[in-house]
Amino acid sequence: EIHEPEEVSVWFREGSSCCQETLARNQRFTETPVNMPGADKETDLSERIESFLSELKRCGSGAGSLRGSAETARETTALLRRITAQARWGNAGELMEIIRKEGRRMTAAQPSETTVGNMIRRVLKIIREEYARSRGSSEETDQQESLHKLLTSGGSSEDNFRQHFTHLKANVIEAINELLTELEGTTDNISMQALEHIHSNEVIMTIGRSRTVEAFLKDAARKRKFHVIVAECAPFCQGHEMATSLCKEDIETTVIPDAAIFAVMSRVNKVIIGTQTVLANGGLRAVNGTHTLALAAKHHSTPLIVCAPMFKLSPQFPNEEDTFHKFVSPHEVLPFTEGEILSKVNAHCPVFDYVPPELITLFISNIGGNAPSYIYRLMSELYHPEDHEL
Amino acid sequence: NITDSDPDGRLTVTDKDVKLQEIALAKNEGKELTKEEKQRLRKEKKQHKKNKKDDKGPPEKEKEKEKASVPAPSKPATQSPAHKAAPAPVHASESAAAAEKPAKSKAELRAERRARQDSERTSKHGKKEGGQQSASSKPKATPNELQPVVKRLPEHVQVDDPAALKKLAKKLERQQVPLRSDYGYKVSLFSHLHQYSRKSPPTLQISIPATVIHPSIVRLGLQYSQGIIAGSNARSVALLHTFKQVIQDYSTPPNEELSRDLVNKLSPYISFLSQCRPLSASMGNAIKYIKKEISNIPSQCKEEEAKGKLQACIDSYINEKIILASEAISKYAIEKISDGDVILVYGCSSLVNHILCKAFEKQRKFRVIVVDSRPRLEGREALRRLVKKGIRCTYVLISALSYILPEVSKVFLGAHALLANGYVMSRVGTSQIALVAKAYNVPVLVCCETYKFCERVQTDSFVSNELDDPDDLIVTRNGKSHLENWQTVKSLGLLNLVYDVTPPDFVDLVITDLGMIPCTSVPVVLRVKNVDQ
Repeated sequence: EIHEPEEVSVWFREGSSCCQETLARNQRFTETPVNMPGADKETDLSERIESFLSELKRCGSGAGSLRGSAETARETTALLRRITAQARWGNAGELMEIIRKEGRRMTAAQPSETTVGNMIRRVLKIIREEYARSRGSSEETDQQESLHKLLTSGGSSEDNFRQHFTHLKANVIEAINELLTELEGTTDNISMQALEHIHSNEVIMTIGRSRTVEAFLKDAARKRKFHVIVAECAPFCQGHEMATSLCKEDIETTVIPDAAIFAVMSRVNKVIIGTQTVLANGGLRAVNGTHTLALAAKHHSTPLIVCAPMFKLSPQFPNEEDTFHKFVSPHEVLPFTEGEILSKVNAHCPVFDYVPPELITLFISNIGGNAPSYIYRLMSELYHPEDHEL
Repeated sequence: NITDSDPDGRLTVTDKDVKLQEIALAKNEGKELTKEEKQRLRKEKKQHKKNKKDDKGPPEKEKEKEKASVPAPSKPATQSPAHKAAPAPVHASESAAAAEKPAKSKAELRAERRARQDSERTSKHGKKEGGQQSASSKPKATPNELQPVVKRLPEHVQVDDPAALKKLAKKLERQQVPLRSDYGYKVSLFSHLHQYSRKSPPTLQISIPATVIHPSIVRLGLQYSQGIIAGSNARSVALLHTFKQVIQDYSTPPNEELSRDLVNKLSPYISFLSQCRPLSASMGNAIKYIKKEISNIPSQCKEEEAKGKLQACIDSYINEKIILASEAISKYAIEKISDGDVILVYGCSSLVNHILCKAFEKQRKFRVIVVDSRPRLEGREALRRLVKKGIRCTYVLISALSYILPEVSKVFLGAHALLANGYVMSRVGTSQIALVAKAYNVPVLVCCETYKFCERVQTDSFVSNELDDPDDLIVTRNGKSHLENWQTVKSLGLLNLVYDVTPPDFVDLVITDLGMIPCTSVPVVLRVKNVDQ
């Protein structure tokens, strides 16, 4: 009950313009007449979309992520496949329009959950590719908006998507299936690289709880013996869960409070962390406390390795002041039992931290290891520049 | 029977048994060892030590400048056994030296020692050769001479050495102080430190009415171990007040000198307190001062007069070094606070709170951000005090530091001790704050009284630290606490550090009662202070 006011106010602050749009769209969907043949499909689809949106809104408040990003990514992609299959569209342009609209609603429901937006952009890119392939033109020429093309074509790419192709639907759905299989295998792909990076008798530090890092360390622990120090990451203390889970695989684990990060850093060989989002400049949006950890690692020249699957890569930049930070109820920090001083004190409880790319040594993703300076290139392969703004 | 003593100087079986029986007897009766017993023990020890030396006795692990425990024959006969076994330099007063003798011949050492003692005796008369030799010989050295100051390693960082532990156990038993046992699984990096649990206080084994330890000391020890009195100033002041009480209740036994006997009385108290919680640097300096004052009491002084003098000394120490010092520091610090400042403080430092309250009274317009950390959450106490004054405050946890730092214009930190190589020893998390502040180019000012300066050197937070109760890290959220049964899980360890050291390049300025100095001038201040004394 206590979470409600904060959650709603966050949503309103960041998505107030979308609120009216959502209401309007809801009305449009529910007004569909019942006796039309496609009506069942549509109402079913809209129900699913609504339930997905409400789940997104609920999960976002407080207490970390109740569902991992991988799950969210999978569900988003599955939902997009359903939209492709069941919604009514004639050509690629219409489909992209529908997906964009739904995408805007989804990102508005939980702006901090960037995997939703990332998946939408991936699907849009898939549609573009399939369209281009159906049209017969080779993929490479349409891939990059080269300066030459911009000058000669005159920027009229919108009409290109108006042609109708019968097999476009099947192709797109097949491509989305491939994307889903890729998503299923990301954690395994990352864990397979664990032995290349962890040698025996190392002391590894991590912060909070990341399922990717957990799988990474457990995979390495099957063959090597090393020691893990987990910073508990107040106030949610997800590090405790991480530690107990690692101990089940007989990994020597120590839990330290956040204040001791710099004190023990001199004995740490590597820092391996997960992240919520990888930003377009190679920086991170990670759980709070990560920036301190990164600075301490830099001071001791300890390598900082980020395990992040590709679906976390987002074309956002860290400059937006209002939308970068997400806050939860300050009673996590200063509980209501503190009494009189509560009204006279501002308490803040930010959830995320920005880590600049200079502090990061390596990104390990399902397609291999990369330096932060290479992230912009990966992004251009995953997303089309026109889709950066949904 | 004495010739077959084993290498590290343990008494043979028969002697040991007899002594144990004696001590057990004395404990049961709740009295101190009577004078005769003490004398007998003394004689035995002397004899044993003499034979030890003749046999080229046990090597000592650390060099001792004083070698006060060894030159038994050359010392005056009135020395008590407590001193021989534990003539602690008061900073490490809890140590029973598991020290090694250097590889010099005995005759040379003895001659050296005699020469030194003669010169010391002539240079300062009225000074007895008791345990003060360690404390006073350092400042007595002329400033031009660079004496090799080799200190004995304090016991509380030698927990992984079984010989040291045994010596400590023996010493505590002789002093009739209970030995506190470690609790829980210790992280291997810190196996050289103690880790106690708050749930098993050290007073469990003491029978309260019949004990050699003064009841106010018992109370103080309990307050330390339960965390009721925390913070280096608070602990020092409480210690000094308790010592005043002890001195008040003290009465010189017949045929004893106050100056020597009182110091002997204090040793078991100090051992007990360090069992409750390892002594802080400020407490160490205070104890050094008191012992020096006590030993400076001339022998012809009447008891009441001596007691009054000592109490006045203690009062003046508290007044000068703590209260007036904080006034002086506030004066300097207020110059550094300008209108419109946003000041960041960490945890609860009495000195920093005092400065901020004074600055607020002087009508400076600023607001304060209080950073706090689990598991102690001391920042809430600071928050309460500041809010009561009417200062505008913001409160965050230390993990939100990167978020809040762009707003901050200055960082004020308190210190537990300032080490001789310029490192600042303070509550764990301070070094982190200094690091991130440096990254954001925010000036970091450390406020510290000069009585907290100590001659130790340290470069990381591992070698000498304090481990708090690991159960404090357990937290219950949403009805679940993941670490509840951490003892049962084999490979899980909880680490609850108390202190850490901040390198001097993170600190921009240290404000002391002598003025505003850079971090690296700490040894200069120490030297100046020693010369004065």
